[in-house]
Amino acid sequence: MAEIATPVAPSVVPAPSWREGELILQNACPTGDLEKRWTRHKDNLRLVAPHNKRKLEIIVVGAGLAGASAAATLGELGYRVKVFVYHNSPRRAHSIAAQGGINAAKNYRNDGDSIWRLFYDTIKGGDFRARESNVYRLAEVSVKIIDHCVAQGIPFAREYGGYLDTRSFGGAQLMRTFYARGQTGQQLLLGAYAALQRQVELGNVQVFYNHELLDVVVEEGKAKGVIVRNLITGQISRVAAHAVVLATGGYGNAYYLSTNAKMSNATAIWRAHRRGAYFGNPSFVQIHPTCIPQSGDYQSKLTLMSESLRNDGRVWVPRKKGDTRPPHETPDSERWYYLEEWYPAFGNLVPRDIASRAAKRVCDMGYGVGPTGRAVYLDFSDAIRRFGREVIYQRYGNLFEMYEEITGESPWETPMRIYPAVHYTMGGLWVDYNLMTNIEGLYAIGEANFSDHGANRLGASALMQGLADGYFILPYTIGHYLATQLTQKLSTDTAAFADAEKETRQRIGNLLNTKGTRTVDEFHRELGKILWDQCGLARNAEGLRTAMSQIRELRERYWKEVKVVGTNEGFNQTLEKALRVADFLELGELMIIDAYHREESCGCHLREEYQTEEGEALRNDKDYAYVAAWQWQGEKEPPVLHKEPLTFEFVKPTVRSYK
Amino acid sequence: MRFTLRVWRQKDAKSPGQFETYEVDGVPADASFLEMLDILNEKLIKEGKEPVAFDHDCREGICGSCGLFINGRAHGPLPNITTCRLYMRHFKDGDTITIEPFRARPFPVIKDLVVDRSALDRIIQKGGYISVNTGSAPDANSIPIAKAAADRAFDYATCIGCGACVAACKNASAMLFTSAKVAHLALLPQGQPERRERVKRMVAQMDAEGFGHCSNTGACAVECPAKIPLSAIARLQRDFIWANLTPDPYAR
Repeated sequence: MAEIATPVAPSVVPAPSWREGELILQNACPTGDLEKRWTRHKDNLRLVAPHNKRKLEIIVVGAGLAGASAAATLGELGYRVKVFVYHNSPRRAHSIAAQGGINAAKNYRNDGDSIWRLFYDTIKGGDFRARESNVYRLAEVSVKIIDHCVAQGIPFAREYGGYLDTRSFGGAQLMRTFYARGQTGQQLLLGAYAALQRQVELGNVQVFYNHELLDVVVEEGKAKGVIVRNLITGQISRVAAHAVVLATGGYGNAYYLSTNAKMSNATAIWRAHRRGAYFGNPSFVQIHPTCIPQSGDYQSKLTLMSESLRNDGRVWVPRKKGDTRPPHETPDSERWYYLEEWYPAFGNLVPRDIASRAAKRVCDMGYGVGPTGRAVYLDFSDAIRRFGREVIYQRYGNLFEMYEEITGESPWETPMRIYPAVHYTMGGLWVDYNLMTNIEGLYAIGEANFSDHGANRLGASALMQGLADGYFILPYTIGHYLATQLTQKLSTDTAAFADAEKETRQRIGNLLNTKGTRTVDEFHRELGKILWDQCGLARNAEGLRTAMSQIRELRERYWKEVKVVGTNEGFNQTLEKALRVADFLELGELMIIDAYHREESCGCHLREEYQTEEGEALRNDKDYAYVAAWQWQGEKEPPVLHKEPLTFEFVKPTVRSYK
Repeated sequence: MRFTLRVWRQKDAKSPGQFETYEVDGVPADASFLEMLDILNEKLIKEGKEPVAFDHDCREGICGSCGLFINGRAHGPLPNITTCRLYMRHFKDGDTITIEPFRARPFPVIKDLVVDRSALDRIIQKGGYISVNTGSAPDANSIPIAKAAADRAFDYATCIGCGACVAACKNASAMLFTSAKVAHLALLPQGQPERRERVKRMVAQMDAEGFGHCSNTGACAVECPAKIPLSAIARLQRDFIWANLTPDPYAR
């Protein structure tokens, strides 16, 4: 069993530092009426004629919801598309694990939903740290996503009349979430995957399996291609294109333990960042309230229990501290339904950041349950009594089974025990309204961009955003750039490609030649512990300073002490992991700097120095209503902070109350 | 817990493979099967030996990456579960466990326990979709679908593409995999325009990849983590006969 060494901080603790850059005033956002912005913007975008589309090459990296939907749609339009995935099939991306559902402002329920309300809920849910133009567009295209997915044959849940069913999700007082039992992500991803396979069959898209991006090639501020490694043969190749789209997901695995898949990593976006792409709000990390608690050090990942469970499950702890009675023996009067008490308007369906912090608070107060005291109950007994087993099985059957397999306890008999865990990253590459990074021709879509969720994402909005970007936004906006690239000849025989390839080979060589004694996972666990302790559910200046020096020190040790067996030539999973963890170690530092610099609390980012007496986030709109876009300066240099001011013309940022 | 592992080691597709025996100790009963292999690999790396290569990713039973043949069964001793959702408490302390890759001619070994399952994607390429371009869909509720039809279609649509059905089958048939997609789309109104062509082309590709024929033993459904019912195969057979033997009403 690997031991986690407690990191020792050097006696002199350097504060995280950065340099102030310029304000970002160009984000390609249209102006005027909010409702007409996207339509007018589309009308003003340059077009590429069909005969020219055939001559333009696009690289898409990643085939999750965003990547697969984008690649398929670009193929349908007639572009030449190359898709690179590190999986052994494009159907395996982690979007497949999304459980609960996808939001859309269809108002099929007649419960008062509208594009405006979805827009408002999303921007409020993000604690007013996202762009109005982007979020409104997201709500607007949400409607078309459901239409398209139904046309693809995705078997959404239906009512007896044959029409689509919906349910509620956190942060909304409406039922706008479409779902396919507890496997909505799987069904939507398989829809996008199938559309992609159709384009493969038609010859418009080529998919390269088992290929991982190791660098982005940039020349004169424009993306020219990528460096990829064939994970089976170890071959390193240069690939040129007229535009590069990164759809490589989030970086929650920086924390080692998260609900992400084991291979999910930040390498693509981090390499792009090192080549000049700004990184937006890196410390905005969503910690999901309902996960199965950690049970030991051997544990390789944490498992999410869908937010949809909070539709019918009630969260509680015993009113008496240290109450060790089995939960069913605790009478109702001695149960503390703290969410229902603290937030009567939303109850168990408060947004994720609020629910996570509340769970931490009751556990910190000593009311936690289970062997470690770091868990709360999620109880279905009332719902089972009210609706019967059959109905509850229809809604959550697979989740109940999964919980029982992992814990050996049946949620039919005893409440689930849950605790928050890292789940999603709102931060990511900075992009403008066209989803283009500050490097021309380099796009980031889905969770890989910093996007539309501000400081907290609402449940069932990740699927919506991934598919909005891939099906309905990027295919329009990318043409605006490509129309200017018609005469560009593609070549991999340039200095920029040669440099990128050389650096990649050096990085691999360095890792293989470090004849250390400690495994990659040992370092990764250490990094995860630092980030979870100091840059997790709650942050403070002192802790962040400590974390900064700990990560610095860990990174130095990594390049001296890590042990990577095997060679580059051939299938080497240890080397793959070592490259990813090397990038997490650099990204971790930027996350710390970002969390340190933002001296306010907002959404997921709770700075303990800035909270109300009740422990709610205390936002500071005067000084921090901006996107923090960080620019890389080098391994030893402090990054430069560019601020993109957020202005609110249509909504008034208010204290975000769910009471 | 302590285990003796007999693990299939194979350098690459061209080299012959063999079993190697390893001892692994101090495994918690609540560790998953893959976490037990993580513990083995950490130990091997520390000893300067090559760790055992195996496929895995989501570790919650949905991505379909993991697939080990454990003690002679696809995904191990429990029915209808992925390897990542198998826990060591289901084994006895001191057990000897034999671990092999999924074996089938269309699944060549890449290394150790990792096999190439891209043949399954090529079957989907031949029609495992509805040909609709982005942007052309009507309003979602303009096509009412009976709840029972949607529910059945969902049951078939949950296939995770792990290939356990192939590994469990004595003929290495991909019938359960192929039929799950055929049945899913055949049950929905959206799937009707391409129904005839779909079943013909997907079955032809399944044969071309070298998968064997189905002899209805049902071994596949016992292991299938998505619990795809055997009725999928019956639905495919019916569609296949219909598509091949009844006259195409639109033939010239």
